[in-house]
Amino acid sequence: MITASAVSTLEQILSRYEPVIGLEVHGQLLTRSKMFCGCSADYIGSPPNSNTCPVCLGLPGVLPVMNRVAVEYTVRTALALNCEIPEHSKFDRKNYFYPDLPKGYQISQWDMPLSRNGHLSFTVDGEEVRCGITRVHLEEDTGTLQHAGDILQQARSSVVDLNRAGVPLMEIVGEPDLRSAEQAREYLVRLRQILVYIGVNDGNLEQGSFRCDANISLRRRGETELGVKVEVKNMNSFRAVQRALDFEIVRQGRLLDQGQPIAQETRGWVEAKGATISQRSKEYAHDYRYFPEPDLPPLQIGVDFVERVRAGLPELPQQLMERLQRDHGLSAYDAAIICAEREDARAFEELVAAGVPAKTAANWLMGEVARLSRESRTPLQRSGLGVAGLAALVKLVEGGSISGSTAKELLEELYLPGGDPAAVVRDRGLAQVSDQAELERLVDAVIAENPAAVADFRGGKEQALQRLVGGGMKATRGRADARAVTGLLRDRLAR
Amino acid sequence: MSRPTVADLGASLRRGETSPAELAAASRSALESLAGLHPVLRYTDELTERQAARAARSLAESPEKAGPLCGIPFAYKDVLCVEGVETTAGSRILQGYIPPYTGTALGRLLDAGAVPVAVTNCDEFAMGSSNENSAFGPVGNPWDPSRVPGGSSGGSAAVVAAGAVPFSLGTDTGGSIRQPASFCGVAGFKPTYGRVSRYGLIAFASSLDQIGPFARQVEDAAHVFTAMAGHDPRDSTSSPTEVEPVDEQLGRGIEGMRLGIPREYMAEGLEPGVRTAVESAFALLEKLGATLEEVSLPSTPAALSTYYIIAPAECSANLARMDGVRFGFHVDRPSLTDSYLETRGQGFGPEVKRRIMLGTYALSSGYYDAYYRKAQKVRTLIAEEFDRAFEKVDALVCPTSPIVAFPKGERSDPLSMYLCDVLTLPVNLAGLPGISVPCGLSEGLPVGLQVIGPRFQDARVLRVAHAYQAATPWHEAPPPPPPGAAGRPS
Repeated sequence: MITASAVSTLEQILSRYEPVIGLEVHGQLLTRSKMFCGCSADYIGSPPNSNTCPVCLGLPGVLPVMNRVAVEYTVRTALALNCEIPEHSKFDRKNYFYPDLPKGYQISQWDMPLSRNGHLSFTVDGEEVRCGITRVHLEEDTGTLQHAGDILQQARSSVVDLNRAGVPLMEIVGEPDLRSAEQAREYLVRLRQILVYIGVNDGNLEQGSFRCDANISLRRRGETELGVKVEVKNMNSFRAVQRALDFEIVRQGRLLDQGQPIAQETRGWVEAKGATISQRSKEYAHDYRYFPEPDLPPLQIGVDFVERVRAGLPELPQQLMERLQRDHGLSAYDAAIICAEREDARAFEELVAAGVPAKTAANWLMGEVARLSRESRTPLQRSGLGVAGLAALVKLVEGGSISGSTAKELLEELYLPGGDPAAVVRDRGLAQVSDQAELERLVDAVIAENPAAVADFRGGKEQALQRLVGGGMKATRGRADARAVTGLLRDRLAR
Repeated sequence: MSRPTVADLGASLRRGETSPAELAAASRSALESLAGLHPVLRYTDELTERQAARAARSLAESPEKAGPLCGIPFAYKDVLCVEGVETTAGSRILQGYIPPYTGTALGRLLDAGAVPVAVTNCDEFAMGSSNENSAFGPVGNPWDPSRVPGGSSGGSAAVVAAGAVPFSLGTDTGGSIRQPASFCGVAGFKPTYGRVSRYGLIAFASSLDQIGPFARQVEDAAHVFTAMAGHDPRDSTSSPTEVEPVDEQLGRGIEGMRLGIPREYMAEGLEPGVRTAVESAFALLEKLGATLEEVSLPSTPAALSTYYIIAPAECSANLARMDGVRFGFHVDRPSLTDSYLETRGQGFGPEVKRRIMLGTYALSSGYYDAYYRKAQKVRTLIAEEFDRAFEKVDALVCPTSPIVAFPKGERSDPLSMYLCDVLTLPVNLAGLPGISVPCGLSEGLPVGLQVIGPRFQDARVLRVAHAYQAATPWHEAPPPPPPGAAGRPS
């Protein structure tokens, strides 16, 4: 036994062990109504238990009626993930007692899911990863509990809110094809991106409309047999997923190094501790006693329906990225950033259509617009300026009417309230100073007022030139054509 | 008016001799006089009054447009939800539970102007064949209060037999309408599975449950069925196919009809008096122009065990919502698990617990294939055997129950109780329509003739039963008058 191995680092453990990771993702569907009743699926913000009816409260005597749009969204997802859609499917009851589960069973799908055998491909560190999708199936969400105390078992009291109960929930079960926390993270990023692109899920990890559980085991490199797996829950961000899995790799690796067994159990990620803690061991695992839901007839998914859904699939992120590179000459890096959010990609295409050069459009979106969007929590589309306003602004720069720095100031000023950039430039006399004679006078004045910087530059300090340019911009309150000023300064000082 | 029919009451309403409120009041006092039999759990006074007024308006506005049930009082089984009326499924665990909604079938009867008067006693969650499993006490049979009325819809059968209401509603999962109809000497009809919406019926076994009527006359049962039947968007298992009009079928007789007698249903175990009564019924059917032939349903012996896997499996899930968290009976304990255990431990009676445990076991990991899956396969076989029989015959005729009403307390062992339904539960497994009509007496107690038809041939089943009834006096035979409210001395 090597005692030193008890403190092996992640890297050391990864050199000896291969992690085997499979992810289960639950995504709430963006349908108008719940899975089996007419209540709104948009429950956030409703007073507790107000978004309910006898059906989602599970009162005696009620029956479920399937939401057909939820089926369509699930099929759409399955097709985007390259799954097969069997003709026959059905719902089953998954039985367990918990106060957030009003009927005492969840209507889910067991042995005949809506889809199976798909895959999701992506690249991590230049390596192509193809992760199998075991199945995508449909079920209903539970309610939510709030405890006076940490966990239910120790709570003095708990309150139940069933507003969320019955919201359509799609479960995407991935094959254990992932080999690192980075791959797991990237898989989730790509999966979320697809779901948002095809309009079935809003991709909100914090609010839990997109949730992930992970199964992870370790095996010695070169082994083919799988190790004992641990299920990790309660990860509410991409970062949490990566940290929790890295934590598990280290924890399991150290146990294996010490010759200790891995317990088959469910563990929860505790963000504050940066650790997973044991929640439930295998002996307490539920026997869910699945059986076919007798209140719902089996589902028949016709080929026509599947083909109609397939035909209606929007362009997927991967296809869009490839197209933007091909048609607009974007780099793979820029294309990936622009396509991360569907809205950004749409804005990019609109800017280009309005006559903004592709690279310029990409730079604005990835730079100033991204910052403002983040800071104001308002994407460009919903800002006052909008995509058209941004296009007008960028074209003023492109045409030489205003300087880049004026444009940035205007963007910041007009982003939320909106306005016509050309009119503002005209009204406030913000047009760029590009008249040769005027610029020469400006440069002369700057040289005269900054002898120290001039001396530094002449002494070989290249940065001193920027101080002089800055002086010129300041004197014109940013309206001077910075490139022309730089050129003139070099000319004068070289003499 | 002793033991009035729907037609009698409808006629006097239209002649202006009485009003819906008066009829409801008369029914109520008749029901009160049955207190010794304990068929009623509660009265629906407020709803009765409202509904009687509604019916009176309909009759006043256009007596022709008001249907045959308008203004007619009735009682319904304590498993049907009506907004604002306590519904307990004969169980302690739902004591005090008041549904905030009205189920579809009952809602349609209300729309037809029928006036509910009382909620009837039944076996807890409709599990039982004698009404002795009610948490609120057993029901006595109007023919002999020391005997059971059958179950689980015992209260609904008893109040019709006693003549307190012209019709009532029950539910039938394995015979719970037909068997008590047989024991009490009234007509009891279980429609095809999917013909009447189950929305608002507190589920026992979802794939078997159906709501149906009790009445003294087949035509009354047909009116009630017609008012309730048809597709309901709230019940995905209700059939979208159109309901065949029943009226046109009734009275057409059975001349030329081919009727089958399932050999296995006439096997040993039939009480001699039941056999005699049913065989004379067969002879009469032949005299009415039907041809009778023997058919075979060889999987019949497997039906009981099949049923007692599927029904408990479904009920083990259906009753999970009775957890004390949101409604009904609740025992507060510091821990969640103890609250569940105590609430359900005290809230459910022994038969319900037995079936929940049976079902939980049958669905458990490792047993599913051996029990549930196999039972589903046998269920398919049973349904296919019926289908094959119906290729040769138009309907099947047989006894409803192998026995007549037995004394309370006689069948304490669950298996002997389960055997009561051996001739009715295959019909539920196959989802077929079935009716029981009185066909004679054995030792002074009613015997029932069962008529079974192919799926969605509800009208045909009613037609055969009606033809039989029209040629026989049995439906007219009232139970012997009780010497006192408590029933006759034994």
